[in-house]
Amino acid sequence: MTALFTRLWQALSDLLSQFGGVLLLFLDVIATTFIRRPRWKETIEQMYKIGWQSQAVVIITGAFTGMVFAVQTGLQFHKVKMDTAVGPVVAIAMLRELAPVLTGLMVAGRVGAAIAAELGTMKVTEQLDALRSMGTSPTDYLAAPRFWALVVGLPMLTAEAMACGIFAGYLVAASMLNIDGAYYWHNMLKFTAAKDVLAGLIKSVFFAAFIAMIACHKGFHADEGAEGVGRATTEAVVVSSLTILIANFFIAVVFNTIVPI
Amino acid sequence: MIRIESLQKSFQGSPVLRGVDFEIHDGETVVIIGQSGGGKSVLLKHLCGLLKPETGHVWVDDEDIVPLNERRLAPIRRKFGFLFQGAALFDSLTLFDNVAFPLREKRSLRETEVAQRVEEALEIVGLTGAGHKKPAELSGGMRKRAGLARAVVGTPKYLLYDEPTTGLDPIRADTINHLILRLRDRLRVTGVAVTHDMASAYKIADRIAMLHEGRIHAVGTPAEIQASPDPLVQQFIRGVADISQEVPSGNTTLH
Ligand SMILES: Nc1ncnc2c1ncn2[C@@H]1O[C@H](COP(=O)(O)OP(=O)(O)O)[C@@H](O)[C@H]1O
Ligand SMILES: [Mg+2]
Repeated sequence: MTALFTRLWQALSDLLSQFGGVLLLFLDVIATTFIRRPRWKETIEQMYKIGWQSQAVVIITGAFTGMVFAVQTGLQFHKVKMDTAVGPVVAIAMLRELAPVLTGLMVAGRVGAAIAAELGTMKVTEQLDALRSMGTSPTDYLAAPRFWALVVGLPMLTAEAMACGIFAGYLVAASMLNIDGAYYWHNMLKFTAAKDVLAGLIKSVFFAAFIAMIACHKGFHADEGAEGVGRATTEAVVVSSLTILIANFFIAVVFNTIVPI
Repeated sequence: MIRIESLQKSFQGSPVLRGVDFEIHDGETVVIIGQSGGGKSVLLKHLCGLLKPETGHVWVDDEDIVPLNERRLAPIRRKFGFLFQGAALFDSLTLFDNVAFPLREKRSLRETEVAQRVEEALEIVGLTGAGHKKPAELSGGMRKRAGLARAVVGTPKYLLYDEPTTGLDPIRADTINHLILRLRDRLRVTGVAVTHDMASAYKIADRIAMLHEGRIHAVGTPAEIQASPDPLVQQFIRGVADISQEVPSGNTTLH
């Protein structure tokens, strides 16, 4: 009984200290951004790696999600003769939930893993110590460029996924479900608004910050050896994915209170 | 001058440094010897504030660096050049950019001056013309020399060498020894090297200090250390394993 209690306590304090570490890193990134000169070269390089090179993954994710969603809702709505409602349903789902969450998860897997593995390797090969020994802070040189590249890049990727999902859904509806394309489009525009896009994009900004800070923190604190780097990478992906899924709910609730649907 | 005063450091409750007292004078090269895993690298990292001790002080030019935060440490660290055990070159940068890194971080030099000083540093370590290569394309010895170029390019006052010759063949190791001597004689660099390579230690050291069980066990010139009557020192420098584990004398082929 006490053993169980001790282990629970251990797990809880571990979680809290991880959370504290991520939060401190975030504050350090913000402070660094205002105090230090911006590192444009590194930031643009990261935007290319994080944003540009993730596009294929994001486009495929967005398009096929939109397609399958159109098919499934189309078949159901057809039973109740509401075929033209497929457009707005697909659009709202893509804009508010599917595009931001799935893009976030894909990027957490692709980019979060890459960041944690790269920084973790730098940690165990003493490259982080080397940076510090030359008077350069790893937050300034490594974390801040990755943070800003993700915070700018992920909303753009999310927007791309939204567009691809909606357009692919439209194509499926028009070609496979025999829904009149004009009706589909008209209804979709009628029942969606700028705030739906905004809700999705705001989420993605939060998700970007979570991925960047969790992956950087895990990398910076990787244990010795290849095993340590592997563990840091796995944990970065698992923790940032779970954080995205959990935070998604709360952000949605808060956003809906501030901006009623 | 660097003065270390009752330095104590432990990791996860197991002590590594148990009260190190030591002084490094300007212009000399000190070699710290000791067993693998004995805390030599840990001690070296305390000298420029990469690690913080539980108790004790590190005075660099009469300033205690232990209480300083990362931001306040930055200017002090620029007095140091650090050659890491595995060279710790940045994988993503070319050799030239690696060596240029500390200069560019100062942001006070123009790119033409940076290029000139990088070329000079590469020349000192015998890597002229290799600037465009990535660290992954280099051999272990070349990486060490590139790491040395990066450590000296900012003309530091102090140079810290973590196992500069370990893992190199005897000829490459000797090249590094000569480089270290040249840096001391030509640039008046104060050096602290950590090694368990005794040949190298005798060659480069003005003084040798032996770290044993978290304390400085013996200090002296190479001649004094060689002549030391201390059994622990003799055992270490002659590379004899514990008497109880020594190979029976009949089995000489194993030596
Ligand atoms: N960052 C660290 N975290 C935990 N333990 C460490 C760390 N750095 C060193 N140690 C431990 O301290 C001891 C001394 O290591 P080190 O200074 O690298 O030895 P060496 O004399 O071979 O350079 C080792 O037992 C090592 O495991
Ligand atoms: Mg070591």
